[in-house]
Amino acid sequence: MSEVPEYVVRLLDGVRFTLILTVGGFAIGAVLALPLAAARRSSSRVLRLAAIGYVETLRGVPPIAWLFLLYFGLAQVDIRLSSLTAGVIGLALIAAAYLAEIYRAGLRAVPHGQLEAARAVGLGSVRIYRHVIGPQAIVTVVPPAAAFLIGLLKDSALASLIGVPEVTGLALRLTQQEFDGLAIFTAAGIIYLALSVPLATFARWLGTRLSARLAFG
Amino acid sequence: MVATLVDRWPEWLPELLDGLWTSIQLTAAFLAVGLPLGLALGVVLSSTRRPVRALAVLVVEAGRAVPVLVLLYLVYFGLPEADIRLGAFVSATAALGFSFAAYTSEVFRAGIAAVGKGQREAARALGLTNPQELRLVVLPQAIRIVIPPILGWAVIFFQATSLAFAIAVPELLSRAYTLGASSFRYLSVFLLAALLYASVSIPASLAIDYLDRRRGPLT
Repeated sequence: MSEVPEYVVRLLDGVRFTLILTVGGFAIGAVLALPLAAARRSSSRVLRLAAIGYVETLRGVPPIAWLFLLYFGLAQVDIRLSSLTAGVIGLALIAAAYLAEIYRAGLRAVPHGQLEAARAVGLGSVRIYRHVIGPQAIVTVVPPAAAFLIGLLKDSALASLIGVPEVTGLALRLTQQEFDGLAIFTAAGIIYLALSVPLATFARWLGTRLSARLAFG
Repeated sequence: MVATLVDRWPEWLPELLDGLWTSIQLTAAFLAVGLPLGLALGVVLSSTRRPVRALAVLVVEAGRAVPVLVLLYLVYFGLPEADIRLGAFVSATAALGFSFAAYTSEVFRAGIAAVGKGQREAARALGLTNPQELRLVVLPQAIRIVIPPILGWAVIFFQATSLAFAIAVPELLSRAYTLGASSFRYLSVFLLAALLYASVSIPASLAIDYLDRRRGPLT
């Protein structure tokens, strides 16, 4: 066996930033998406329209444009974010829009009779969501959310354009140091492929655990 | 506050519209490559011949697992190592077209699978050859089914043309970046750029939804 090439070792150095961006953006986005999904189902027209506006705007503009707005744009009004912070926040805001739609579909999949039955036995709103609607919705939510997480892993590459030294950014830097670009970007591609497998497994594991806890906890 | 955000928009608008036009040209170019390639991959994915299908699965999975930005760099900075030198616009067309094909092949495959089995049996009973069955019976129906989701992917990939910024194609985001760098007014210029992207993709998405709903069930 030959030694692992130097560029692979240096690329692996970027994996932690790729993971911080992906997992951080997803985790924050998953929380932000809750009020958004609730607003979409609200009886108030204003709240509903605001949520639709947020989701459509976030999805109607390319992700890089959001990262640029946060990183370069906010500096114009003297809000200076580090590139990693801007990257995580940007991905989180985008994730919130997509995950809110995924939650909404999950909530819609729960038959209306469940809500009526829960009300009939006198449960309050919070307990209805925690014990009745939530556990059933999460089963529908996990597969598309896991797919979205993998999508976000790939979107994390965009953070290289605002200077986060994650895998793609490092790959570009190494190419400019006259390493073999074909080999480096192929290696980078393989790293993303290798990361997507454990991430998907983790997401599914989390999903089953969460639904079990919600149902029996 | 708002005034200082928008005061130079009229001055920037022509330049950014030029960039938007380049983005739209890039979209047309990657669609010209990606649509036939996606359809071809979808047909192969529907094939019953194992080795061919396995090869297509490999191509599709590789295309979907790797960030488009990495594909773009691979084509633009990587291929010259193999003595294939493509210009920035052509590189972007190739990377986006390949990626678009990888994502849409699954849609085409599903569309082909959705064509009723009786249709194929009838085609065979009429004595059509396999290619005739595909071309005259299956594809015309499959394509009608997949039009809305394929258009949806086209809108997503229209936004992905902004990645071509990274290899200096003078599309909308590149122009915005250049204007921002020369004026130090990044917030205002990126807001205008975002507005231009949204003014194409949001109406396009709404139109696709409308089309999809109005068409009603197909079968």
